[in-house]
Amino acid sequence: MWKWLHPYAKAERAYQLCNTLLPYFTVFTVVSLVVGWIWGLAYAPADYQQKDSYRIIFIHVPSAILSMGAYSSMAIAAIVALVWQLRNAELAVVAIAPVGAAMTVIALVTGAAWGKPMWGAWWVWDARLTSELILLFLYLGVLSLYHAFEDKKSAGRAACILAIVGVINLPIIHFSVEWWNTLHQGATITKFDTSAIDPSMLWPLFVNIAAFAGFVGVVTLIRLKNEILQREKHRPWVRDLVSRG
Amino acid sequence: MNPRRKKRMLAVLAIIFGVGSAIGLTLYALQENINLFYTPSELIEGKGEGKEKPFVGQKLRIGGMVVPGSVVRDETNLDVTFKLVDTGPLVTIKYHGILPDLFREGQGIVAQGTLIEPNVIEAFEVLAKHDEEYMPSEVAEAVKGIKHVKPTYNLNSEN
Repeated sequence: MWKWLHPYAKAERAYQLCNTLLPYFTVFTVVSLVVGWIWGLAYAPADYQQKDSYRIIFIHVPSAILSMGAYSSMAIAAIVALVWQLRNAELAVVAIAPVGAAMTVIALVTGAAWGKPMWGAWWVWDARLTSELILLFLYLGVLSLYHAFEDKKSAGRAACILAIVGVINLPIIHFSVEWWNTLHQGATITKFDTSAIDPSMLWPLFVNIAAFAGFVGVVTLIRLKNEILQREKHRPWVRDLVSRG
Repeated sequence: MNPRRKKRMLAVLAIIFGVGSAIGLTLYALQENINLFYTPSELIEGKGEGKEKPFVGQKLRIGGMVVPGSVVRDETNLDVTFKLVDTGPLVTIKYHGILPDLFREGQGIVAQGTLIEPNVIEAFEVLAKHDEEYMPSEVAEAVKGIKHVKPTYNLNSEN
């Protein structure tokens, strides 16, 4: 595996890999997003209690899952960057952070919009909502830490350490609804034993989760390409790329 | 892994473990305080090992299921009273205002208010808690054997 992975430690090869992957991710995202949203918002049946307003689930749940998924990928990249000292992994951390932060904001905003009509409150300081808000602050912390240092080497290291420390928040978010009394209801999808959600609603939800994952991938790849170019802007291969147009 | 990488890997793991246990212990110590609400049995019988009961006049949140048939609305104003239950004792909630859309008998709710008697709370906010189950009405009818219509309450007035 090392032989196979090793070339991508080089910025140029990583850049090319991004270019190769990008079209597949884009096509996948566009197709699944269109299918998922039309299926979820127009064709899935209405919920027996919440009627049509439950449909925000098709945006809320994927963005919430991806806010945590993006964080775990960011943390893995941070571990790789710290232990193997790969600069590309460090750039990946910086590339993922704003995307994950955006997912967290979407999850929080759609959650508030859902909470107002259903619970009767935009925001409650219960464990699930609060820990998700902390996740947003962690993303912003990683980003601002990276941009606070003039020297990008120490900036990368500081951001990576914060990203790794923040991993502890992920199980707290996930299990908050089990460990404590919260207003937020328990997990739906990971409750495998009983049918917590009807298959006619579950499948469009899966499609949407896949679509959001693809979307995070697309934006991250584009951002990673930019970061690589910016970091390597004085290298001959970047100059070649620019002069070729 | 060469020794330098191993050392760095250990440092990373040590950071995660150290911070993780620190936060874990903090949350463990705060356990009772992170709960959003009391349950009716905690309110009546006391909570935790010390069986600590909230005192009359304390501001608190309570969460439980609305006892079917216990919702009584006033004829002339927005006053409403209902009872909450979890596993044993009942707690009475008095509320003045508009209830959330999902509020219905048999539904979980969280109310925030002041304890005015050991088992009576005067709430200023009532939030509906919904469960993690989503299904179309036909399935709900088949599985739960109930038809879900927006319920009417025991109104004392004509409408």
